[in-house]
Amino acid sequence: MLATSNEFRANARVGLANPTLQSALGKMKVGFPTKRAEAVAKLPEFDALRDQARDIKNHVLENIDWYLERFERRVNEAGGHVHWARTPEEAREIVLGICRRLGARTVTKGKSMIAEEIGLNAHLEKHAIEPVETDLGEYIIQLRNEAPSHIIAPAVHLTKDAIEADFRRAHSHLDARRDLTEPQSLVAEARGILRKRYFEADVGITGANFLVAETGSSVIVTNEGNGDLTQLLPKAHVVLASLEKIVPTLEDASTILRVLARSATGQEMSVYTTFSTGPKRPSDLDGPGEYHVVLLDNGRSALLGTEFQEILRCIRCGACMNHCPVYGAVGGHAYGWVYPGPMGAVLTPSLIGVENAKPLPNASTFCGKCESVCPMRIPLPKMMRHYRAREWERRLGTRVSRLALGAWAWAARRPALYRFAAARAMSALGWLGRRHGSFFNLPLASGWTTTREFPAPQGRTFQDLWRERRRAGGGR
Amino acid sequence: MSAARDAILGGIRRSLGRGALDEARVSSLEARLAGHPRGQLPARAQGLDRAGLLDLLERQAKAVACSVARVRSAADVPAELARYLKSQNLPSRVEMSPDPTLDAVPWSAAPMLEIARGRPSGEEGVGVTSACAAVAETATLMIASGERSPATMNFLPDTHVVVLPASRVVGPLEDAWDRLRAASAAPMAAATMPRTVNLVTGPSRTGDIEQKIEMGAHGPRRLHLIVVEDDALA
Repeated sequence: MLATSNEFRANARVGLANPTLQSALGKMKVGFPTKRAEAVAKLPEFDALRDQARDIKNHVLENIDWYLERFERRVNEAGGHVHWARTPEEAREIVLGICRRLGARTVTKGKSMIAEEIGLNAHLEKHAIEPVETDLGEYIIQLRNEAPSHIIAPAVHLTKDAIEADFRRAHSHLDARRDLTEPQSLVAEARGILRKRYFEADVGITGANFLVAETGSSVIVTNEGNGDLTQLLPKAHVVLASLEKIVPTLEDASTILRVLARSATGQEMSVYTTFSTGPKRPSDLDGPGEYHVVLLDNGRSALLGTEFQEILRCIRCGACMNHCPVYGAVGGHAYGWVYPGPMGAVLTPSLIGVENAKPLPNASTFCGKCESVCPMRIPLPKMMRHYRAREWERRLGTRVSRLALGAWAWAARRPALYRFAAARAMSALGWLGRRHGSFFNLPLASGWTTTREFPAPQGRTFQDLWRERRRAGGGR
Repeated sequence: MSAARDAILGGIRRSLGRGALDEARVSSLEARLAGHPRGQLPARAQGLDRAGLLDLLERQAKAVACSVARVRSAADVPAELARYLKSQNLPSRVEMSPDPTLDAVPWSAAPMLEIARGRPSGEEGVGVTSACAAVAETATLMIASGERSPATMNFLPDTHVVVLPASRVVGPLEDAWDRLRAASAAPMAAATMPRTVNLVTGPSRTGDIEQKIEMGAHGPRRLHLIVVEDDALA
């Protein structure tokens, strides 16, 4: 998938001016955080489980080569195949090769972020193989030829009316006078259409939430059941997974499952959690005849041992973006690649290079909400700060920001001058803003004041107040 | 082995600043896999007797829109199934897994039921299965595929009815894994893990349209659990 992450500012402006998106985001910002908070409140062990989930993944990352080899051995023992892919190109060719060998004309797909990462649909289409997305949200955005805007709710940027219009356009063989006003009628229509496609498909492709080294199983977590029909009915089940999806045992998967659904949708458990191991056994009544796991690296192995290793603990629950004020204002498409929100602001530069995603680590107020809700306790703001430092070192920032930061750094290294200038500036701004308590426009701050008021300082500097507090014995 | 495989494993080891793991480390990892230690288990799912487990299961099931009926013995199952189908205005024709647990139910006691054993046809209808365990913690049913248990029966029918002996109700998910391990002859590994293990928690749903929950996205719209309380069916 071609990245437009460097156009974040322009993308964000489009998002801010899109009333459909703003209405959809308004609902999302309330819905997801409320449901998560309710689920967390019902499980007193939640925070202890977050610690354990973090420790499990840290343990895996320290020993990931061994666990991957163990996983591969187990898959082979069960009659399946593991394919290693360094790059998106390699992964695409592996999948295409399997499809061609089986003479595939259509493939059904469960939701997979790795499929987005490697641009699989376009590649299959180019070779006359039709990919059919079966997750309702993915199906909707496939009809619109769009990318997902959220990692667990790909069509979160759309309203029901927009989806109804897409269905009328795409399903033109159905009665034009049919009633689609209720969401249930849209769900039923998609169900009817996709039901046929499951039986027609030659290959079923899913992602993986976990790969279990103990048993050689891949695991998907869904609510619709589409991932199951996708993998059970065709001749072959192809699993797309990145290296870090490994967990050692079924128990480790169980521990992480307890924090996954609660963080994502606020459910205690998603409806369908499915462990798939190898192809169907000779005496089984159903299941795929072949089982393939494509293990994608795409830059992940290079993150090990660096200050960005911890992003590899991410389990793709979406809690960080559900709680992010920036994501909530601009939506997922502004981030310009596969992964939006705070986890995207770290993972995108990690995978496609910070020079191709310069604005993303800066698209944060560092409010810290993402880290506070992350079930895997990933220090997202800290890693965005590392990328900002890297951008400074590699002179990747805009000229204006470099000049401004340079000027600030120059002054900050001269404490007496800094104190003097800051005190004058603050008292002047405090005096100027004393009537309204805020500014409607301010020189050099139009980026702020064109969309909102700038609160006026109270007239004194932080250092001044701090000294006073220390003197009064209140400070530490 | 492929060049990509060697390059990836080599890259991982370079990044971690070491070679392949030494013997001591490997044996400690092997021991961890063999011992498969449990993490913290939620208190809600522990220390419960049979009655407590059934109550928790029923409470949790209702919270995920799964209806529950308790019956005394296998002999009561056909009448309960007929009652449920009637209450939902469903036809009395059902598709049923050839599961041995279901063989022990005297279906002829409800002659109005028309039963087809085997794989599901793919039509929207009623499917009946058993389950190898039910996790009371979250009302999660564990259903493993096999020569007498088609996994598609859990997804293709519009209504899914599960007949469950009460002895298979456990507290936390980890107890269900132990039941599955105990049922396999060899230690749990790929060769003995069933091809598909479905953990089912309520009927199919989606929130993909404005985050409003709609039931019956691709799998069953309804899930009904019939718990058989005596141990004759175990």
